[in-house]
Amino acid sequence: MTQNDAFISIRNVNKFFGKFQAIADVSIDIQHGEFFSLLGSSGCGKTTLLRMLAGFESPTSGEIYIDGQPMSDVPPHHRPVNMVFQSYAIFPHLNVRDNIAYGLRKQKLARAKRYEMVDEMLELIKLPDYGDRKANELSGGQRQRIALARSLILRPKVLLLDEPLGALDKQLREQMQLELRALQKTVGITFVFVTHDQEEALTLSDRIAVMAQGRDLQVDTPTRLYENPVNRDVASFIGTMNFFDGTVSAINDGIAKVDAVGLGEVRAGNVPSGLRPGQSVCLAVRPEKLTVSENAPEAGSNARGLLENAAYLGERSHYYVRVDGVSQPVAVSAQNRQRADGKAEDKRPVWLSWDENAFVVLEDG
Amino acid sequence: MSHTSYIKRPNRPLQFYAALFLIVLYVPVLFLPLFSFNDSVYVRFPLKGFTFQWYVELMDREPVWAALRNSIQVGIATSVFATGLGMFAAKAITRYRIPGKGPLVGFIMLPLVVPGIIFGVALLVLLSRMGISLSLYTVTIGHVIVCLPFAIATMIPRFEGFDPAIEEASADLGENAWWTFWRVTFPMVFPGVLASLLLTFTVSFDEFIMAFFLTGTDPTLPMYIWAQLRFPKEFPSILALASIILVVSFVLVFLGQWINRDAHAAASKK
Ligand SMILES: Nc1ncnc2c1ncn2[C@@H]1O[C@H](COP(=O)(O)OP(=O)(O)O)[C@@H](O)[C@H]1O
Ligand SMILES: [Mg+2]
Repeated sequence: MTQNDAFISIRNVNKFFGKFQAIADVSIDIQHGEFFSLLGSSGCGKTTLLRMLAGFESPTSGEIYIDGQPMSDVPPHHRPVNMVFQSYAIFPHLNVRDNIAYGLRKQKLARAKRYEMVDEMLELIKLPDYGDRKANELSGGQRQRIALARSLILRPKVLLLDEPLGALDKQLREQMQLELRALQKTVGITFVFVTHDQEEALTLSDRIAVMAQGRDLQVDTPTRLYENPVNRDVASFIGTMNFFDGTVSAINDGIAKVDAVGLGEVRAGNVPSGLRPGQSVCLAVRPEKLTVSENAPEAGSNARGLLENAAYLGERSHYYVRVDGVSQPVAVSAQNRQRADGKAEDKRPVWLSWDENAFVVLEDG
Repeated sequence: MSHTSYIKRPNRPLQFYAALFLIVLYVPVLFLPLFSFNDSVYVRFPLKGFTFQWYVELMDREPVWAALRNSIQVGIATSVFATGLGMFAAKAITRYRIPGKGPLVGFIMLPLVVPGIIFGVALLVLLSRMGISLSLYTVTIGHVIVCLPFAIATMIPRFEGFDPAIEEASADLGENAWWTFWRVTFPMVFPGVLASLLLTFTVSFDEFIMAFFLTGTDPTLPMYIWAQLRFPKEFPSILALASIILVVSFVLVFLGQWINRDAHAAASKK
C-alpha cells in the first residue's frame, strides 16, 4: 500500500509507553533527497519518532513506509536507514578507522579497499590522518563527524540525526550546520534531522515538522512556517509573534477584513477555507512587520499606542508598545538604520504602522 | 580547584579504624605462613628455626598433586560456566525491563547468604534422588551455584557502565544481536569477564563445604587438607599448602580487581 510517492511515509502512527502517549496520530510524508527536520521542545516525542524510523521502537498503531516498504516487520539491522545518535555512540574500544568501517563487515571487502573507503570518508568529514586515533582522544565535534562518517560509508537511503549538534558550542555548531547542509547536498541522501533549536531548523531544512506533545502541528517549508503559521503554538514556537483578537467583517480574494481589538480594521492573509464573516478569529503579526514612529504616518494602516519599553541591541532595537484593549504589549523589532541618540528608552505616545500583507489569520480562534 | 575537597581531606580516626580493621582481619591468617617456615612439627611459640622443609615435602606427595589437578579442573570448569551464565544474567538485569526484577536479583544473590551446608545437603539429596553418583562433576555443579552471585556482582557494573545506544548503533549499522554481542558488548565487558573468571576460579579453588558434601572419590585441595588434619605430624605441610593457596588466591583476586578497576568509574561517570 503506497498511497503516494513519498519516500518515507509515516501513516497515523501512535506510540504509547504504558499509559503515556508519546506520539499521537502523526502522519508525515518525506520526499527523496529532502533535508527534513522534526522541531519541537524537549519531551515532545522527536526522538521517539526517529527511533521508530530506525526500528528501535515499534509504533503501537499505524505504519511507517520507507521506499514503499512497510517497516513494521523489519528489524533495525535490515532497514535502509542509519542513525547518528544524540550521544554519538562511538565504539569506545575501536579506533577511528574501525569505527567508520564497522558496518562494512558484510560487504566482505578486501582490507585495502575497506581502508580506501574509510580514507575517503575521513577526507569528506575533514579529519584525514585521524584513522589511528582512539575513540577517547576525540573532541565532541570530531565524535559527531565520525558518527556521521560511520553511517554515510554505508550509503543509506535515509540518514537519521538526533540533535547531532546539541552538544557542541555555539561557534562549532554554526560551522557544522553549514557543513552538514553542504554534505547533504553532496551525498544526496534524505536527512531526517531532530532539533529543538528553531533557528537551526530554519537554516538547514527544506521542510520542517513542528511537533508538540506528540503531535505534528504543521509540516511546511521554513518560509511558510514563519510567515503562515497555522496556529498559536506554531506561531509562538518559531520566532516571536504578536496576537490580536478580532471579528471578521468581510472576506474577498483570500484576504479577510477583520475588526481587531485595539487596532481597528486590519487586512489579513492566510485565511482558512472555512472562515465566514461574523466569526471571531485570532490575528498574528511578526515584530519586524510593524513600524514605530513618533509622528502619525502619512499612509498605510496604523494605530496609536504608548511606548512602554525599548531595548537597544546594536544592529536592531526592540520596542514594546502598550495598545488599549490588548493584554500583552506589542513587540516591534526595527533595524537601527539611523544612529541612535539614546532617547528610545523614554516613555511616550507613538504610532504603530504596517503594510497591507503584514497580518495573518490563525486557525484556532 | 587545587585544594582537596572537604570529602577527600585525610581523616585521622578513619585511617586508624581502617588500619585496625585490616589487622584484625589478616593477622590470624598471617600465622599460617609464619609457622609454615618454622622448623618444628608443633605450632607454638617461640619459633625454632627457619626451614623450607615442609614445602619440599609437599612437592614429593603424589596425592597433593592429584588434589591440585582436581581443584584446577573444577575451578576452570566452574569459572567458565559461572561467568558465562553470569554474563547473560548481568546483561538481562541491567538491560531489560523485566517484571519482578528486584525479587529476581535477590533470588540470584541468595547463595551468598544461605549457609553452604543447606545448599550442600539439598544438592546431595537431589543428586542422589536422581541417581547421579558423586564426582568432580557434582562438585562443579555445587560450585557454579556458589560462584554465580560473585560472577554477576562483578559484571553488573560493567554493563551499567556503558551507553545502551552503543549496542543500538551496532544494530543500526547492520549487525544482528549475535554479531553485536561479539563485536561490541563482549569486548566492552571483557575486563569484567576476566575479573569474574579469576574471582570465581578462586572461590571454587578455596571452597570446602559444597565439596565436602558433593565430592566422590577424587578430593579437591581443601578436601585433601581436611583429610590430613587428622595426622598431627602432617600439620606443618598443611600449613605450607595453605600458605600457597592463600598467596595464589590473593594474587588472583587482586589481579581481577585491577583488570576491572575502571568499571565503577565508568558506571558512575554515566
Ligand atoms: N522508553 C520510554 N519509556 C517511557 N517513556 C518514554 C520512553 N522514551 C521516551 N519516553 C517519554 O516520551 C516522551 C517523548 O520523549 P522523546 O521522544 O525522547 O522526546 P524528545 O526527543 O522530543 O525530547 C517523554 O515524555 C519521555 O519521557
Ligand atoms: Mg530527544
